[in-house]
Amino acid sequence: MAQRSGASILQRFEALPIILVFVLLLLLFMYRAPEVFLAPYIYTTFLSTLPPLILLATGLTFVIGAGEIDLSFPSIIAFSGFVFAVLFKEYNLGWIAVIAGLASGILVGFVNGLIIAKVGIPSFMTTLGTQFFWAGMATVLSGGKSYALRGVEKSSVWQVIVGRPFASASTAWLQEASIQALWTAIIVGFLWLILNRHRFGEHTLFIGDSNDVSRVVGIDVDREKIKIFTLMGFLAACAAIMLTLENKNFFGDQGQGYLLTAIASVLIGGTSIFGGQATIIGTLFGCFIIGMVEAGLVAAGLTGAWVRTVQGLIFLIAIIFYMYADEPQRRRALFANLKSFGRLGGIRTSEEGGVRR
Amino acid sequence: MTPADDFASIVRLEGVQKYFGAVHALRDIDLSIGRNEIVGLIGDNGAGKSTLIKVMTGVLEPTAGRIFVREREIQPGEYSVRMAHDLSIETVYQDKSLAEKQPLWRNFFVGRQIVNRLGFIDIKREKAVARKILIDTIGFRGAGVTVDSTVANLSGGERQGIAIGRAMHYNADLIVLDEPTAALGVAEVRKVVEFVRRIKQSGRACIYIEHNLAHVHEVADRLVVLDRGRVVSEISPKDMTVAELTEYLIALQDKA
Repeated sequence: MAQRSGASILQRFEALPIILVFVLLLLLFMYRAPEVFLAPYIYTTFLSTLPPLILLATGLTFVIGAGEIDLSFPSIIAFSGFVFAVLFKEYNLGWIAVIAGLASGILVGFVNGLIIAKVGIPSFMTTLGTQFFWAGMATVLSGGKSYALRGVEKSSVWQVIVGRPFASASTAWLQEASIQALWTAIIVGFLWLILNRHRFGEHTLFIGDSNDVSRVVGIDVDREKIKIFTLMGFLAACAAIMLTLENKNFFGDQGQGYLLTAIASVLIGGTSIFGGQATIIGTLFGCFIIGMVEAGLVAAGLTGAWVRTVQGLIFLIAIIFYMYADEPQRRRALFANLKSFGRLGGIRTSEEGGVRR
Repeated sequence: MTPADDFASIVRLEGVQKYFGAVHALRDIDLSIGRNEIVGLIGDNGAGKSTLIKVMTGVLEPTAGRIFVREREIQPGEYSVRMAHDLSIETVYQDKSLAEKQPLWRNFFVGRQIVNRLGFIDIKREKAVARKILIDTIGFRGAGVTVDSTVANLSGGERQGIAIGRAMHYNADLIVLDEPTAALGVAEVRKVVEFVRRIKQSGRACIYIEHNLAHVHEVADRLVVLDRGRVVSEISPKDMTVAELTEYLIALQDKA
């Protein structure tokens, strides 16, 4: 009954369990691979490699929090990346190319939202379809070519979006610190405010909780869903432009690796796959874990093939943990099962054992 | 029309029709809800009760017909839940009024949050007002329920109390209750019936959908019987006992 009276510790500190897991993993990696994890270079590398994943996962936190899913963002990364790269390189449009790239992502997200909200096709199917469509469009329009952006680091676009503000610093690791981490932090901080303090964030969670309830309390469910998918499109386009500039190259399948890692980061962070509950802090640490496992396992001497396996394992453990942590009925049922199992097998559960001793 | 009967009815429907595809859910509904009366809406499953109140409260748009709120006609397509709230019409839906995983304070204000100009919610004020509703309007004291409790942790009776209390807080002239006692225990049903009485005592009107004829017979001033999308009769509870009413409804179905 303690739960009835307000928030438990788990609820009061947003994303507490996942932060603890992150710290434990970090300590583990520091112990196993001190030459990597006790030196600053890996952390400055994260400043340039993690932002695209974090932006995508933050958008997905809204989408999944609303009880929906978006599978199309890898193709938005391809399509918006292409729009940006071709306008930047072939037409020398500079900042206009950035705006066009963002606009194309917003448009694709908006179309996703329209199909889901107004035509009424489940988001899983809609975005599966649009994933193929826009990836196909990007390939057709680019002719399968990649665009190398040679010399891009001299442009103001590169300097402002992914530049290295400390390039002239005397310490080597500081020179590599990348400005895109700052933009990402600002966007994520702003979206944290939106999710937790703004009407739009509240509507997102109510829609994820129940579409019916949301309608009868006066939320315009269709319009809010369109906004959510449009936001996702915008963030995917941001990620696309950062990736393209950071790599100084556009290639058609640059988004493909992000589909599962972004979704996994969100769910590891504690956002409910059933909607109605979402945490941006959790997502952020979910991204840290996913990114750290990738670097850490390789540093610890395991082959890259292990990375996906371990990420998958962490993902499953997290999902099972949250299912039991969030749903008291399931937890009670599990404990009851363990108890009766204990009695049958003659094994004492800790509770019973404690009393007798 | 004299100003005196300007507000003779809170909501009035004229010739309302509602189709879902080929299904004719509401046929030629003429119905007027006056001030200070409790109207019981009864009829079998699928008679159109829920559809009728959804049309009345702006959730569904009627296919044809006219809606008047306080004798002012509402333009078709213009009516919405928000507008109904603004016109002080509140609805408490069976199992559909509160979002399970959200705290009570968010449930009290969702759809009409206290916000600044940029749309950010004033959480402190919302919580303070929610606390007041919880204690003053609903009368939860020391029951282990706070404004931070999630709905999932409440009993069925507590949920109805919260939903009705929210409707009363917003000073609605008309409160629509959609089967508020479904799936409740005996003691909790008592509480809900008490709530309905309090609605009337405070000078408001109420539409009360209820399967249990004894409950609705006990509190309603007027019973409206719906059958296959049509209003077939209006009965005063004084003219019929619960047993006679039951007989009447069974006879109505046998005619089919």
